[in-house]
Amino acid sequence: MAIDWYLVVSALIFCIGAGGVLVRRNPLVILLCLELMLNAANLALIAFARMHGNSDGQIFALIVMVVAACEVTVGLGLIVAIFRRRLPIDVDELRELQG
Amino acid sequence: MAAVVFFVAAIGAIAGAIGVVALRNPFYSVLALVGHLLSLAALFLLLRAEFIAAAQVVVYAGAVMVLYLFVVSYIGSGVRQLTPGGSGLRLVAGGAVLALFVELAIAVLGSGLKAVSGDGAPYVSGFGSPAAIGEALLTKFLFPFEVASLLLLVAAVGAVVLARRRRGTTLDDDERDPAHWITPRSLFSGTMAEAVGAIRDPGAAPVTTPAGRDEEGGW
Repeated sequence: MAIDWYLVVSALIFCIGAGGVLVRRNPLVILLCLELMLNAANLALIAFARMHGNSDGQIFALIVMVVAACEVTVGLGLIVAIFRRRLPIDVDELRELQG
Repeated sequence: MAAVVFFVAAIGAIAGAIGVVALRNPFYSVLALVGHLLSLAALFLLLRAEFIAAAQVVVYAGAVMVLYLFVVSYIGSGVRQLTPGGSGLRLVAGGAVLALFVELAIAVLGSGLKAVSGDGAPYVSGFGSPAAIGEALLTKFLFPFEVASLLLLVAAVGAVVLARRRRGTTLDDDERDPAHWITPRSLFSGTMAEAVGAIRDPGAAPVTTPAGRDEEGGW
């Protein structure tokens, strides 16, 4: 398959993830949608690595996966802390930091 | 053959992504994401990124998603109502995302790069293999590799600090008010069956909808 097919799939997944971040209000699902966006970026990176025949893009994707794992850890820790304090698990309700 | 595998995997990945966004229950969203990740691993294999595909399945679809499932089961809020959202804002979000997709598609397809329409560089033996990845990580990308390990350490410490029990800040620890003590949970609470709404905790208070909130609105 030509590389541009992969890039279009990647763009589509990224847009679905971005729409989810904008629309959904459960922070767990927002984290999942962030994962979607990071995975779309990974797909584009690996497609470009294949296009150039250079494995540097694959290393980049690997580092992105590490960053995603860190983000999941901290994000889930935050959600558990929110749950422990009996606060509503809804990003629209959690706006005490709003200026 | 490659085209068939590509279309099956691409449709699976896109369907999984739509499932993550559209399903109301976070538990099912996580399961849809697992399907999405497996389809994406097939795409990675087609792009000859063997090691990345294996890492995706083992680390992502395995370990990280189990972490998600634990938290979803712990919170168990699959049926909790959220405040109704503005449907106008949802339309605006949809329009913005559509514009983003059109822009990305123009950028990809209208770039005029000949290589984008091709099948990629000729395959060299060893491309994307664990040996090649490991050698690159320990020679050319040694510094990012070490920084990544530091980042993982910081994230682990941060998660422990965030989720630990602080005296006085959580209602669970308030000894003056016995109503907020942790009561023994009833059977099947905190399980996956409860997270998907198959079993209701009989000891739990009935879900009340605050005044002015729409039953249908939560998403």
